[in-house]
Amino acid sequence: MTIQFKDETFRDDYTFSNSDWAIKRFPFPFHEDSYMYAVNMEQHRGGPDGSVYEKRFDVDEHYVSEMRDRAMVLADDPLRCQSLPHMTLAGWDLLELIMVSKSEDYPDLFELHRDGDQWHWINKPLGIDDKFTFLDETSLPYGPMEYITRQTQGDFCVLDQRDDNLWMDAGIVTTQADWSLDFDIGMNFFEWHAPVPLAHEKGIFVRALKFLLNIQQGAPARRLNWTMTVNPLLDTSPENYHKWGIQKTSLTPENIGQKQHLRVELQTFFRLPRSNALVFPIRAYLASFDDLMTVPKWGRRLHRVIRDLPEELATYKGFIDNRPMMLDYLSRYDDGKPTSDGIWPNLDTDPPRD
Amino acid sequence: MSGAEKINVTVSAVVPLNELVTRFEFKRTDGALFPTFSGGAHTVVEMKDDGLTRLNPYSLMSDPQDQQTYAISVRRDDEGRGGSLFMHNNVKVGDAMVVSNPVNLFSLDLRAKKHLMIAGGIGITPFMAQIKQLDRAHGNWELHYATRNAALGTYVDELTSTHPNDVHIYYDDDKNFIDLENLLDGQPLGTHIYVCGPKGMIDWVRGKTAELGWPLESVHYEEFLAPQPGKPFEVKLSISNKTIQVGENESLLEALEREGVDAPYLCRGGACGQCETSVIGYDGKFLHMDHWLEDDEKASGTKIMPCVSRFEGKTLVLDR
Ligand code: HEM
Ligand code: FES
Repeated sequence: MTIQFKDETFRDDYTFSNSDWAIKRFPFPFHEDSYMYAVNMEQHRGGPDGSVYEKRFDVDEHYVSEMRDRAMVLADDPLRCQSLPHMTLAGWDLLELIMVSKSEDYPDLFELHRDGDQWHWINKPLGIDDKFTFLDETSLPYGPMEYITRQTQGDFCVLDQRDDNLWMDAGIVTTQADWSLDFDIGMNFFEWHAPVPLAHEKGIFVRALKFLLNIQQGAPARRLNWTMTVNPLLDTSPENYHKWGIQKTSLTPENIGQKQHLRVELQTFFRLPRSNALVFPIRAYLASFDDLMTVPKWGRRLHRVIRDLPEELATYKGFIDNRPMMLDYLSRYDDGKPTSDGIWPNLDTDPPRD
Repeated sequence: MSGAEKINVTVSAVVPLNELVTRFEFKRTDGALFPTFSGGAHTVVEMKDDGLTRLNPYSLMSDPQDQQTYAISVRRDDEGRGGSLFMHNNVKVGDAMVVSNPVNLFSLDLRAKKHLMIAGGIGITPFMAQIKQLDRAHGNWELHYATRNAALGTYVDELTSTHPNDVHIYYDDDKNFIDLENLLDGQPLGTHIYVCGPKGMIDWVRGKTAELGWPLESVHYEEFLAPQPGKPFEVKLSISNKTIQVGENESLLEALEREGVDAPYLCRGGACGQCETSVIGYDGKFLHMDHWLEDDEKASGTKIMPCVSRFEGKTLVLDR
């Protein structure tokens, strides 16, 4: 299908909204009625037609506006994009991976023409038409990682792999759930995960790291993570906490359905061929509670998950104070009926709401 | 599925380099481009050897940017279990074969101010690709390459003619040896050391660098262990509910695969950790050959690496 790109904002007047199409394909992150951290990784080799899993780098109706928001964040704070000197080759790897994937997966929107190291890239939605020399930094307006990720939704961490660990040595991070690239740059897998509760004790990070170190070229993986965001705000960074933290107190029983958003991250993992680095794209999707309640199964399940979530997780994810108000709202959509396994809406097979 | 993605290839050249070493070149059978790779990567080559499927890892030694051709160089091992003999005796131009996507367990540390490479014998192969990668990026490197004599000096001529100042050759037969202590002494801060060759050489370089206080993180080594032949033994598999026999000339991993058990692996050389398997019970003695398990894990009798390690004794029960 052709995508109708929206002209919308993720700040100030918050004109962001999801079409019905976007709601139905929203990556609802709960496959059962409860949630706990786990090593929840699977292969990233496509998925149902139209789902966010189908393409290697999903492009949706929010693309153009998200890229405008990223440019604004970078203009205010250039440290959101950093790449240590030894990561330039990995940046070219990432540029190649995204250009090749997007031009193959969305031929109407993106074109890549290669003649040896002379490359020609056309990005129709953003009106970009550039010729450059592959592996020659002077031929692009930005470094290769920054160039391509200013044109790709989601944050990107580019991890150097050495000494049996992963190191956050490059990235572009403007749509994050309250963590900072400038703080984490140069850290390893255990260091940047230090603030996460419960997961260390469960041995999750040791096993996850083993898995990641063994991810192979041509065999990417993925997982979902989630949190809660008041207002459809992409940039929930520690740097700007003073601007958005306060908005959490603006929730009322009247506005919660429109203002409270479930924020889901589709996280993928690709081995980069020339550098042997790993890239970790983190793509955030937002849906308001009102959006989600249009799917009866999701309404029932979200209520049960939020109700039973361990306090440590609700605190870490930053919504412990608003949880009672959320539950008042969500309980109205839980009629106690059963839910089917898996994340898909199953509108035709799960029971309608009472 | 276990292992890296597979690629169907056709053998495009077989080039004997000297009495022991032959280069094999591959093109993709579907005419598409190979993936690029990073210097130091290996590919796992599938060999259909008289009813047995052998999967042997070999370092890719072609230019990592060359997407038309992959090349490996194989040293004939007359004592081993036969993988290299199969390549030398049976593989001809035009043959269809299967190789895996590249996997790198010996990559360059791109932070290094200088890359100091130490090669012994056939251990030269990963450096051939790394040198091409570094040359393209104008990297600072130096190679010290020890080999038996000029006649067996695989790629010596190519290396010395293209890089007369950066390549240093040592012939054992001339009693010409690498003066490691002096070599290490003269290195600038930020140098990383890479060593690939026989076990003795790797131990020597690791021992000397440790003694001189080099940080562990700046010393990289790759030693592919070929699985060694050994006495046959029997294994009970608790998950698949089977009892299997491991023959003299096959590894435990190969025996699992022969029996249709999907066992994970990557390197097949005791280095990557992917094949680690829990032991449920045993009565006998483990012959641990891998570089993965720690000494206390080896002593505990709770883990085995089926790609290279064996067992002697009455019973062995595995969690597979
Ligand atoms: C290399 C890829 C990865 C990167 C760069 C990464 C990065 C991060 C960062 C920056 C955070 C926020 C920590 C903070 O509060 O400051 C985080 C949280 C977390 N990560 Fe990762 N991570 C990676 C892979 C994984 C994997 C494979 C798992 C698998 C289980 C995982 C599990 C988690 C969990 C459970 C949290 C807490 C999230 C929450 O509750 O919202 N991460 N990660
Ligand atoms: S397969 Fe790599 S250690 Fe066994």
